[in-house]
Amino acid sequence: MKTNILPGIKLTLLLIIFFMGVYTFIILGIAQLGPNHGKGFMVEADGKTYYENIAQDFSDDKYFWSRPSAVNYNAAGSGGSNKGPSNPDYLATVQVRIDSFLVHNPDIRKEDIPSDLVTASGSGQDPNISIQGALVQVSRIAKASNISPDNLKALVNQNIEKPLLGLFGTEKINVLKLNIALSHFK
Amino acid sequence: MNTEILGVILIYIAAVVLAIPLGKYIAKVFAGEKSWLDPILSPLEKFFFRFSGIDASKEMSWKQSLAALLTINVIWFLISMAVLMNMSWLPLNPDGNPSMSADLAFNTTVSFVSNTNLQHYSGESGVSYFGQLLLMLFQFISAGTGIAICGVVFIAMKERTADMLGNFYNLLVKSCTRILLPLSIVLATILIFRGTPMTFNGKDTMISMQGDTMQVSTGPAAAMVAIKQLGTNGGGYFGANSAVPLENPDYLTNILENISIILIPIALVFALGFFLNRKKLSWMVFGVMTAGFILLVIPTIHYEMGGNPAIEKMGITQPLGSMEGKEVRFGPAASALWEITTTVTSNGSVNSMHDSSMPLSGMNAMLGMMVNAFYGGVGVGFLNFYIFIIIAVFISGLMVGRTPEFLGKKIEAREMKIAMIVFLLHPLLVLTGTAIASHLTAHDTPMGWWFSGNASGWLNNPGYHGFSEMLYEYTSSSANNGSGFEGLGDANPFWNITCGIVMLLARFLPIIGPVAIAGLLAAKKYIPESAGTLKADTATFGLMVFAVIAVLVGLSFFPALALGPIAEHFTLFK
Repeated sequence: MKTNILPGIKLTLLLIIFFMGVYTFIILGIAQLGPNHGKGFMVEADGKTYYENIAQDFSDDKYFWSRPSAVNYNAAGSGGSNKGPSNPDYLATVQVRIDSFLVHNPDIRKEDIPSDLVTASGSGQDPNISIQGALVQVSRIAKASNISPDNLKALVNQNIEKPLLGLFGTEKINVLKLNIALSHFK
Repeated sequence: MNTEILGVILIYIAAVVLAIPLGKYIAKVFAGEKSWLDPILSPLEKFFFRFSGIDASKEMSWKQSLAALLTINVIWFLISMAVLMNMSWLPLNPDGNPSMSADLAFNTTVSFVSNTNLQHYSGESGVSYFGQLLLMLFQFISAGTGIAICGVVFIAMKERTADMLGNFYNLLVKSCTRILLPLSIVLATILIFRGTPMTFNGKDTMISMQGDTMQVSTGPAAAMVAIKQLGTNGGGYFGANSAVPLENPDYLTNILENISIILIPIALVFALGFFLNRKKLSWMVFGVMTAGFILLVIPTIHYEMGGNPAIEKMGITQPLGSMEGKEVRFGPAASALWEITTTVTSNGSVNSMHDSSMPLSGMNAMLGMMVNAFYGGVGVGFLNFYIFIIIAVFISGLMVGRTPEFLGKKIEAREMKIAMIVFLLHPLLVLTGTAIASHLTAHDTPMGWWFSGNASGWLNNPGYHGFSEMLYEYTSSSANNGSGFEGLGDANPFWNITCGIVMLLARFLPIIGPVAIAGLLAAKKYIPESAGTLKADTATFGLMVFAVIAVLVGLSFFPALALGPIAEHFTLFK
């Protein structure tokens, strides 16, 4: 045991310098070439800058809404609801979300609501909704914004993000980008 | 075909295709052969050894290797405790995050030194940037420890009769510099260009479109996310781990991160074949592991894509499947694949909340950790599998009435005792922990200092699912996995200390045991193969190993699983 203590301490010291320090600086250096010097992707619109990948709380009827967030869209503390699939309290919460959605979207039949709009995401920051999740909100937004439903549907279709290479993964919509496109619609 | 299913198939096939050449490369590293990285890394490694006063060419016995491993881990433990308890005034703390309490620091230290990465804190508010970088250091060196000790066992299996089994320090340093470092740099670079932050500016502020002011946590995430996946660590930079858009921005990063989770564990299986020059043995091990993995992954994808029947009853549609705790950009299929890959390996990072999975998906995740050898953690996964091989050899020997032999070495009472103790430790820790916690919960015991309030307050869900939360937590701790049914209120002395003890025992005893067996076998006389020798590299023996795993794990854990996920399944799917 004793023969290993001093070499162990010295080796650890070098490992600290190398893997906490040198490795970090290498990656930090590479990041300077990355999007916004390593801050990630941003979207600029109307003089404001947004993080492209972070969900915002849209509650006005005139905007497309994001998915529910268990952390109330707090981007400084992520998390899901961690509710089990059979938990009665959780199922009651989902029922309340369905009812509230129907109040704001009276033209919609319940069976057209996709589950992603009434379930909380894993991170609480999910920036995406499904295509159906956007289309089901069209009639509400049409009333609130005086844009015809057909134009809104076209807008949604323009903002569909296809699966990777058209082959892998889900189709989705970035709610922020769709809402920016919506606010610029003439 | 469904694009979600195609994505899942792509991830698995790409991982295996990459793992074969990587396995060949790892075998070369273990054998000390030259590689194209020599010009950069050789001087660096020589400097490491010279400064530390280590003679990297001096061979060590299995006991000396274990002594070196345990000593350096004690040093790491002390350093980590000191840093985590003093983060508030140490440098690199732009968000002003606090130091950890002693019990939380104990849990976090054991968790990261043992390659578990169970996190009872939240990354955004619980650690400083300095703390994150320290934890990232452990993600390298705890993974390196696992790979190095796996190398010692490979060497023991190779030599015909030998006492000296390579140099542990040499294997440790080279596992970090030659295997983990290059892959991490590549992955971190791709992550940065797909939108994962790598910056030392503190929290950012943005005004939302509706005019709300939002705080956004960023930091040096890309560097940590890369090694957390590659080293089967799993400790996320952000609280919700790889579900967070900044940590795992899109479907491409999800593919790459998921490949990284299983890449080195699979590569080590192939490395065994290249290193011993017994490729058929590798295929036997790979076949058994893959069979187990596929049996877990297919039903999980089925149930997640099928949706929650309780939500279906409310009259809405579930075109994607079960979406609670999941992200739209990954979808249920990729989330289900991740859930199983992260639990069969001891990774433990998550891209969906396992607590909200369908009951049998949660059970399959737990089964992955209960076996803990379908690929398994870097290095230690093979060590766990080695124990099952030894038990299977012994039982096969009894069945045909011959002295059990494995790779030309007799397996006798001493090796069998060690193997059984190591196997039994896992159910012992999991079930004892769960029994104590369930007892306290059922009696709603006031916990005093251990937990604020009565014991049932730590559950986030009632009934069977609540039991599953506790079972999952101890299974994850004992498998050195680190994922959780995160609804459990675990940031308190009771869970910090009990899980800490479980992780500590479950890391080091299952390292000591297999190394001791391999070392004892290596020193024995080599018996040349004859007509009566049990052939370990055949499908028949593979089936035997699989049966041993299924019977042992089933007998140990089925009653507990019946009380949790299975009972919940039958209440939900009536």
